[in-house]
Amino acid sequence: MGQPHDPRGNLVRPYAVTRGRTEPRREIPIEAVLVASQAAVQEARFAGHDKYRIAVLCEPKAQSLAEIAAYSRLPLGAARVLVADMVADGMLALHSAAPKEGFTERMDLLERVLSGLRKL
Amino acid sequence: MDFASSERAGAQPKEITSAKIVVAGGFGVGKTTLVGAVSEIEPLTTEAVMTSAGQGIDDASKVPGKETTTVAMDFGRITMAEDLILYLFGTPGQTRFWFMWDELIRGAVGAAVLVDTRRISDAFAPLDYFENRHLPYIVALNCFDGAPRYEPEEVREALAISPQVPLVMCDARQRDSVKQVLVSVVEHAMRTLVAEQGRGYPAPVG
Repeated sequence: MGQPHDPRGNLVRPYAVTRGRTEPRREIPIEAVLVASQAAVQEARFAGHDKYRIAVLCEPKAQSLAEIAAYSRLPLGAARVLVADMVADGMLALHSAAPKEGFTERMDLLERVLSGLRKL
Repeated sequence: MDFASSERAGAQPKEITSAKIVVAGGFGVGKTTLVGAVSEIEPLTTEAVMTSAGQGIDDASKVPGKETTTVAMDFGRITMAEDLILYLFGTPGQTRFWFMWDELIRGAVGAAVLVDTRRISDAFAPLDYFENRHLPYIVALNCFDGAPRYEPEEVREALAISPQVPLVMCDARQRDSVKQVLVSVVEHAMRTLVAEQGRGYPAPVG
């Protein structure tokens, strides 16, 4: 994956790619990651340039909404609308952000993150 | 979890969890440097565009007419395991963008407020913000070369940082130093969670 260009300066008509829609079909946290299968990439060929690029980006490795927006040079809100559409249409699998509830679940995650940091 | 769509998209073997840590602080304090010191990718920039018709603007008078405002956030990534990714998000520096901070801290593990000892008063606003939020945070003093050095306790007193908030020294350019900052954030989040549990917040099942 190449280094993206500086996205600043590419924000004219930020919601043109979503045909003016600014409300996503579902809320997606900025750090939630998305994955596309090879079959989904093929399907996305017919879904328009932006969605196809997003699918291609998410096929080799999981990418967060923030990464999708940055690499696609889309504002966060516009990327969220497209990604939410793609999740609804089965082109992207949405994985989970950190659990917000439950002592055990939250503590398990913190322990895994801590051990991951120590191994850096 | 949407099983239908994940089956269709599906060669991925297991659920991937992503977590985030927020790096806050005034403009130019070294947030992006800190993120870059440990990130496996060059820090990326994502932008949010706000219009005067948008929701969540803290003070609409600052966005007059139909102007749009672009808020940039830098972030990095650490893939910890096949099924665990940690993201580090730097907050926008200017205080007028605090509506964006609310989105960034939602669901975060914790935060580090980076303080430049040469411009200590820049830290008041970010510290005020976290004092009023339910998110564990620590303060990290970024010791630039030639910057005035203070004893941590002098800084704590000058910034009126409460005794429960950990305060660490760091060099945002050094990987090991930044790693230690992040370890401190997570350890503090664990202590906070245990303390909440002791005070009778929602109990674990089983």
